[in-house]
Amino acid sequence: MAEPHIHVRDLTMAYGSRVIQKNLNFTIERGDIFIIMGGSGCGKSTLLRHLIGLIRPASGQVLYEGTDFWGADDRTRMSILRRIGVLYQSGALWSSMTLAENVCLPLGEYTDLPPQQIAALASLKLALVGLKGFEEYYPYEISGGMQKRAGLARAIALDPVILFFDEPSAGLDPISSKRLDDLIVELRDSLGATVVIVTHELPSILSIGTNSVFLDAGEKTMIAQGPPRELLKECPNPTVREFLTRGGSL
Amino acid sequence: MRFFQGKARYQKRELWLLIQECGPDALPIVTLIALLVGLILAYVGALQLEMFGAQVYVANLVGIGTVREMGAMMTAVIMAGRTGSAYAAQLGTMQVNEEIDALKTLGLSPMEFLIIPRMAALILMVPLLTLYADLVGIVGGGLAAVTVFDLTVLEYATQTQASLNMHDVLVGLIKAAVFGVLIATAGCLRGIQCKRSAQAVGAAATSAVVTAIVAIVVSDAMLTIVITRIGI
Repeated sequence: MAEPHIHVRDLTMAYGSRVIQKNLNFTIERGDIFIIMGGSGCGKSTLLRHLIGLIRPASGQVLYEGTDFWGADDRTRMSILRRIGVLYQSGALWSSMTLAENVCLPLGEYTDLPPQQIAALASLKLALVGLKGFEEYYPYEISGGMQKRAGLARAIALDPVILFFDEPSAGLDPISSKRLDDLIVELRDSLGATVVIVTHELPSILSIGTNSVFLDAGEKTMIAQGPPRELLKECPNPTVREFLTRGGSL
Repeated sequence: MRFFQGKARYQKRELWLLIQECGPDALPIVTLIALLVGLILAYVGALQLEMFGAQVYVANLVGIGTVREMGAMMTAVIMAGRTGSAYAAQLGTMQVNEEIDALKTLGLSPMEFLIIPRMAALILMVPLLTLYADLVGIVGGGLAAVTVFDLTVLEYATQTQASLNMHDVLVGLIKAAVFGVLIATAGCLRGIQCKRSAQAVGAAATSAVVTAIVAIVVSDAMLTIVITRIGI
């Protein structure tokens, strides 16, 4: 049986002595659109930051194709980072650079392509997310939704095999949010990538999520896992059911 | 070390912009402050020296005082308030906007990419601005000496030239380089340590200025004692 793409094993997350979540165990398979969900303040974004190597776990492991991220040497860690793309909640575009420069930076750092080819590739990535013609704009000159799409263009610059999204729909209107969901599915299919999304947007969770984990702030651990639609139908946990039915209103 | 070996990964254009921001862009404020400090030194000094009929020595007072001490000190204080705080605010905002996280997940070191160019720009520009401030300060002192205390331009210039030597200039430049390191360190450190809120960005900028000014004054006192003991 093939290794899961990501395996979270006995992970405990803490800020100093304050435990955020403990004993997290789940796997993310290739091609999954994996949703990390839960109420506000339960540690979803903190878990994402652990998965992308920004925070070292208090204990436990995050394994990429069987390799323990924090147990690996610098070179291995770099090769893992090289294969992931992250879209941050705010877009996180480098404000002193144009959109094209934002996308060119990873290409320039990790490929030996000539500058003209890098610029052409950057334009292509921006066109892919619907930002053709915005190459020379600075992040502060475009809307929040466009910044997110530009952030996505940067995240896919190196054709990553795993894409992470932190609250991709936050601050977007329902139509833009739906378009972004469609784009995520399209990217998953075209890049053959695994997608991990932190969100509490029910329409997105139920429409594109193929697997999920539910974190609970009170229990400080995961209280459910499985495909979101199955959890909606069958999960016995009242917190999860309440969350997925929007407090019983669905 | 990687920066000096030419291996550090940073944007050359960014370094050039930073040099522009903390060098030429600072000239107007440095000019104003240096001119007035020179003028004040001359005024206060000449009033005392006049009692002994020694007002010609106001040139020594202004020259040595500016080149060894006030040029570097005032430039550093200006740069701490102007550039150190800007660095803290820039890096703090990048922290809030997750821009630094985005660098890290790309495997790029914020130290190489953001901090080293800022330090290099300040270490290079503070001594150059200090040299400029020295000149302007001496001119400011000269203005007071010539217009109020009846010295001729030639007397003031000759006396200034006689009182100064290369050691004095070197002392000022050494101090300026140290101050440059301290301002950049305080600004970048506070920016990188900034928490993820708008309030924290303001606090980081304030803290950067206070830390830098305290560090400048303390290091200046220590350097002055050491340099005097060595006899430079």
